[in-house]
Amino acid sequence: MSEIIKLYIDGRKVEAEAGSTLLEAARSCGAEVPTICYHEHCSSYGLCRLCVVEVEGQRTLAPACVVEIEEGMDVKTQSDRVVRSRRTILEMLDSAVDLSEAPEIVEQLAVYGADRERFSGGTERTPEIIDDNPMFIRDYSQCVLCWRCVQVCAEDAQYAFAINFSGRGYETSITTSYEKSLTESSCVFCGQCVGVCPTGALKPKREWLLEAGTEPSEIMRMTRSERRKKRRRQERPYQVVSSTQEERDDDKR
Amino acid sequence: MKQELTRSEMDLKELKELLLPMVNSGRTALLPALHAAQELYGWLPEDVAAEIGRQLRVPEADVYGVIDFYSMFYSRPVARNIARVCGDPSCSIAGGLRAVDEACAHLGVKLDEVSGDGEWMVERAPCLGLCEHAPAALVGDRAIGNIDPENPIDWLSTQGDGARSVVGGDIRILTRNCGNGFTTGLKEYMLSGGYSGLRRALGELTPSGVVDEIKASGLVGRGGAAFPTGLKWEGVAKASGETKYVVCNADESEPGTFKDRVLMEDDPHQLLEGMVLAGYAVGAEKGYIYVRGEYPQAVRILNEALGKGRDEGLVGRNIAGSGFDFDIEIRVGAGAYICGEETALFESIEGKRGFPRIKPPFPTTHGLFGRPTAINNVETLCNVPHIIGKGSDAFRKCGTRESPGPKLYCVSGDVDNPGLYEAPFGVTLRYVIEELAGGVVGGKLGSVLLGGAAGAFTTAKSYDVPLTIEDLRSENLSLGSGVLMVFHEGRDVRLVLEGLAHFFADESCGKCYPCQLGTQRQYEIIHRANAGQALSVDRQRLSDVGWTMTDASLCGLGQTAATAVLSALDLWPNLFDTDEDEL
Repeated sequence: MSEIIKLYIDGRKVEAEAGSTLLEAARSCGAEVPTICYHEHCSSYGLCRLCVVEVEGQRTLAPACVVEIEEGMDVKTQSDRVVRSRRTILEMLDSAVDLSEAPEIVEQLAVYGADRERFSGGTERTPEIIDDNPMFIRDYSQCVLCWRCVQVCAEDAQYAFAINFSGRGYETSITTSYEKSLTESSCVFCGQCVGVCPTGALKPKREWLLEAGTEPSEIMRMTRSERRKKRRRQERPYQVVSSTQEERDDDKR
Repeated sequence: MKQELTRSEMDLKELKELLLPMVNSGRTALLPALHAAQELYGWLPEDVAAEIGRQLRVPEADVYGVIDFYSMFYSRPVARNIARVCGDPSCSIAGGLRAVDEACAHLGVKLDEVSGDGEWMVERAPCLGLCEHAPAALVGDRAIGNIDPENPIDWLSTQGDGARSVVGGDIRILTRNCGNGFTTGLKEYMLSGGYSGLRRALGELTPSGVVDEIKASGLVGRGGAAFPTGLKWEGVAKASGETKYVVCNADESEPGTFKDRVLMEDDPHQLLEGMVLAGYAVGAEKGYIYVRGEYPQAVRILNEALGKGRDEGLVGRNIAGSGFDFDIEIRVGAGAYICGEETALFESIEGKRGFPRIKPPFPTTHGLFGRPTAINNVETLCNVPHIIGKGSDAFRKCGTRESPGPKLYCVSGDVDNPGLYEAPFGVTLRYVIEELAGGVVGGKLGSVLLGGAAGAFTTAKSYDVPLTIEDLRSENLSLGSGVLMVFHEGRDVRLVLEGLAHFFADESCGKCYPCQLGTQRQYEIIHRANAGQALSVDRQRLSDVGWTMTDASLCGLGQTAATAVLSALDLWPNLFDTDEDEL
């Protein structure tokens, strides 16, 4: 049994196991702490800062997803500074990327009374949709740079290391080496990146086509040539690209 | 431009040979490998990057991620000569941005565009640390000071190094061998008392004795954070683990700061001695000096001095016959202000993008390669030989009780004699500006940006505040890295702020949202206001963006990216008001 730490969250006395994060402790007592980049099964890097809380005696706000609890901490999850930061981060994010397929973030915009026009007129991130493989569509105009796709592609899960970052600052983007297509990269089409994407930035191509109103029969026809290519690859086993559930389903049809 | 040529095996052979000595190092050799490859090919083509990745066992996407992070690495073909013109405050008020335009016009290119003959390209560079020679440029690897903005032909073709250091002050402790127009060699350094601190330490003191002496001296870090050096070293010395490191942060990039460049170029052995002493004190056998990519001259000089020090048995194995081993490696950055942040600097040495890490854990226990690491600024380490050589009491004779010792002040902008001035802590702003730098020129004093781009504006109201850590803190100011950027009353502070905002937007690493988004929005708001399109909500927007960055950013860059703007709004609340507001 590990040590129990006592702290105060929004004036309430809370007990939690040593090694817990402030986020875990806050959620255990029902305090609402919003997050964007945080994912239970991914490493936490404290990127989005939406989870910041005010810890008495500390100069800056603390990212709850990574800061561990300490004995006697006095934590405020909804102080004026906290709310200002969360609201401003959300407003700035909203002005930078397309959040139309990120309902959880949009909900936070409402919770924090964000003014959705506040930073309008600022440069938006509007790269072209990347349709370079039969499996996924990448629409980085919806990317919030939560890093999860890069993490699961690397040490958090798949060890494929197909994607990383280009640029820096506001111009950071997720990319393959020299922006080549996913098919030319070390991508194994495991789909984990799509699974952890919190917005519509990464999407199965079939979902994307269906949403665009394409008839299933049409999708079949469109992907037929892809499947033919795949079959050819299977005849040469050393060049097989591992198939995903979707490809297998596709073959059964 | 698209890569048209496919390199033959023959072409990669040279690269493979170059990489041979690096292969066993793995990923930490990534930046050195990229520098070497770029030197060979002029830029970094895909197959070259792939080969480097294979040899150093770094995934290709990661190699590309690193290349694209650093502004001095190029994944597209570039010109044979790159003219980097400084666009930060001291240079821009002296005509730096005009020089950019004129050079582009002369060459018939746009900014960042390669000329038709492939010879030239002009970039707007972040502060080049040549502020006392404003406006300045880096042409290839030659630093050119006092360029004539109207006459690009002249400065683009200047030969030799045109930026000798300008050094003055009441006391000459750290700068006793600086400002002479040449690099002080080992012999001269020793004649001036050099390496006596090291001899004393190795002969008379235990490592903890050295730590105690530094603690007793009251030395605090000179990079900006003013953390007590002795305490830091004690933390590293006591941290568990066999392998420990000393890292010298020579990524001097804070706009307005040029002291470390002068120290490295004019008296490199002083720094090396400080490093070896640090290594002895904390129990490290390896040290790194991470020099920013914009300081090719300092890199050359340090490497030379290091070779000489090794030859004389002052660095390397069995130093001065004491049995103590400590070697130093020079690492060269590639254009990223963020790498001056200590954990981002570690990441860079480890061959990664310069993303700062979450603290804690702190470098004293989890630093470079996850090992206990003492990381210190150049000026901080240069104080060490004097403290150990002459004792902490002698050191404390200078400065105040809480801020003991000598301090280097980087004075630039509208003063008669911009330069590096050494004076004790506790002299006033008035003294440094009026007495040492010859007073304000071009009009009466308007404002001073104290501490660099990450610092705050103040006015004549602070003229008589003693320049100490404690006095400035009580005024809500900070000396930062010792920067005094002086502006006469006719200067438009809004333009200076736009320049600073541009700098931070360019240099934000993009890791955390407040800084990634905030530096961009901050720049846009100020840029638009300066273009005559201020909105009545701008003051509140700048305040919210600024406080969000200050409160919620992950590292020191984001936390200070709005300090200057917020300080200006405090001093001049109506700075960005529209006509509408005045009605």
